[in-house]
Amino acid sequence: MKQNNFINLLAIILITTLFCGKAYSASKDLLKIDWSFAGITGKFERDSLQRGYQVYKEVCASCHSMQYLSYRNLGQKGGPEFTLEEVKAIAASYEIEDGPNSDGDMFVRPARPSDHFVNPYPNVNASIASNGGAYPPDMSVLVKARPGGANYIYSVLMGYEEKPAEFDLDVGVYYNKYMDGNKIKMPSPLSDDLIEYTDGTNATQAQMAKDVTAFLTWAAEPHLEARHRTGTKVIIYLIILATLVYFSMKKIWSRVDAEK
Amino acid sequence: MSEHEYVPKSKAGKWFNDRLPLLSLGAHLSDYPTPKNLNYWWTFGGILTFCLITQIVTGIVLAMHYVAHADLAFESVEKIMRDVNYGWLIRYIHSNGASMFFLAVYIHIFRSLFFGSFKSPRELIWIIGMLIYILMMAAAFMGYVLPWGQMSFWGATVITNLFSAIPLVGESVVTWLWGGYSVDNPTLTRFFSLHYLIPFLILGLVVLHIWALHIPGNNNPVGIDIKKPSKDTVPFHPYITVKDIFALLMFMIIFAGFVFFSPNVLGHADNYIPANPLVTPAHIVPEWYLLPFYAILRSVPDKLGGVILMFGALFVLIILPWLDTSKVRSAVFRPMYRQFFWIFVVDVLALGYLGAMPAEGIYLFLARIATTYYFLHFIVVLPALGFVEKTDPLPASISEPVLTGGFGAVPARSDKIINETK
Repeated sequence: MKQNNFINLLAIILITTLFCGKAYSASKDLLKIDWSFAGITGKFERDSLQRGYQVYKEVCASCHSMQYLSYRNLGQKGGPEFTLEEVKAIAASYEIEDGPNSDGDMFVRPARPSDHFVNPYPNVNASIASNGGAYPPDMSVLVKARPGGANYIYSVLMGYEEKPAEFDLDVGVYYNKYMDGNKIKMPSPLSDDLIEYTDGTNATQAQMAKDVTAFLTWAAEPHLEARHRTGTKVIIYLIILATLVYFSMKKIWSRVDAEK
Repeated sequence: MSEHEYVPKSKAGKWFNDRLPLLSLGAHLSDYPTPKNLNYWWTFGGILTFCLITQIVTGIVLAMHYVAHADLAFESVEKIMRDVNYGWLIRYIHSNGASMFFLAVYIHIFRSLFFGSFKSPRELIWIIGMLIYILMMAAAFMGYVLPWGQMSFWGATVITNLFSAIPLVGESVVTWLWGGYSVDNPTLTRFFSLHYLIPFLILGLVVLHIWALHIPGNNNPVGIDIKKPSKDTVPFHPYITVKDIFALLMFMIIFAGFVFFSPNVLGHADNYIPANPLVTPAHIVPEWYLLPFYAILRSVPDKLGGVILMFGALFVLIILPWLDTSKVRSAVFRPMYRQFFWIFVVDVLALGYLGAMPAEGIYLFLARIATTYYFLHFIVVLPALGFVEKTDPLPASISEPVLTGGFGAVPARSDKIINETK
């Protein structure tokens, strides 16, 4: 009888876990990459993040904004970790409107590390109008805003295929294996040797997709490394403390046991 | 052991205690005679107190940085995540803390259901507990609206729209709740205000919950009345405190696992998309802890009917002490109730699963069956069991238990030793 309740409980936990897992991974089978930032000790690869930023800057940034990031973030610990000089140079290559100055006029100046990433369009409507009626989503938290996260972004980037013969597509719409309804208004953004990596890495489509996805993951979760590090310490601390408390508890309760 | 005998040793202590007997209260809490056979399912009261305090403390810090405005809320949350020192930690503790709070409260409630803790003379403890639970759901729902993501906005739209089902005044009530003609900035600011208020109401009710508990004392796994204090009890401190702290640390390890290693797994990806009144998400689902009620709501084709049934599901819980007619508290001695208890657990979990699925086809059909069974359990099974069930013989005291069954097989170690020495 005693066992019955226990078995019931275990069975229920097992079944619930199975169903939760099923509900959670209900989305299509995505391409899966063994990401360096996955797992409890996961970290970003600096080189990959720096290359990923290059892909973002030279490819994505022409349509996609990243409004919650500042240039200074690029030099932050746990990110691409560009040097301060590099960050300043990157920022200075953009121009932003500032003001009003003491004469009451707006003026244009080179961006500083403290400035937010410059938006490719003046507003959302302009971005929609320039992209065939589809909004190119802001990429600051895109990885967290899609079920499947990094694997999903990577899959979409690699998911462009010839459309099946019977599949109907309007002009300006493309076939993508991993997109909802298999339709996407963004043409395949990456192709082999589209850009030339400054570090000499061979710029295959898969390499660029991987790098830019890592970069976007960092952008969505800039403190991921600190989180993993702190988490490991916290859990080790809790386990040690729990062990000490456990033996204190045994000792204290032994008085009750000895009483009779 | 009783607080009446407590006299502070120092003169200053006596002076103070004569005017405000806080020291007596402390002595009462410390000496409070507690059944010695409480198992780990009883540690969730302490865990819940921890959850409430954690939510209040992290929430106060978040409120220092959060901006309750439809145009700025999403951005201010991102600022907390990126630029506030340890903002990511505080926010992830708060958002996962809500889930952990509900996980603990569900275990706490089901523990009460299994061991009959809601029965006489503990009805008021149960009812206050249910009020806390309802306030928790309100606070959690409003808290989920604050980041002003897509699920925030559309969840708020769906839930507030429920009130439009009220005959005659429904539409006006909804306009009044919104502070306008749709979910917008006035809705956000009032939700923020209420989200800040409710935890303190909960805190007040928690005090009453514990006060009411300290009148009859704790129920226990055997479910029989015990003499207090006696050899069946131990003082709360250090016996129960040390055990509660150990259980709390175990709970915190799981909590930390979510916060540090999968902080978004319990949330919905859509809530990282800023609220957009012009784009409806494909599936609007509430947070996991509200899903059983969501399934009940959707299982009725009529809106008003669904709302009535959903509130009815809470109402039957409130009046539970009078629905369960059995004189025996603990399911350990109730062979039939024990089976129905587990069926009920499965039923609620099934409702939770079905609440997350689209309300169509087989899912809707199953949700209707599960909803029907939910009410049958309270309105038919529980009242009938008291009359038809043949309960097992009860032991005379905790020290001489005729333990024929136990929840999770965790009788107090002391009992085992006592039995062995006998």
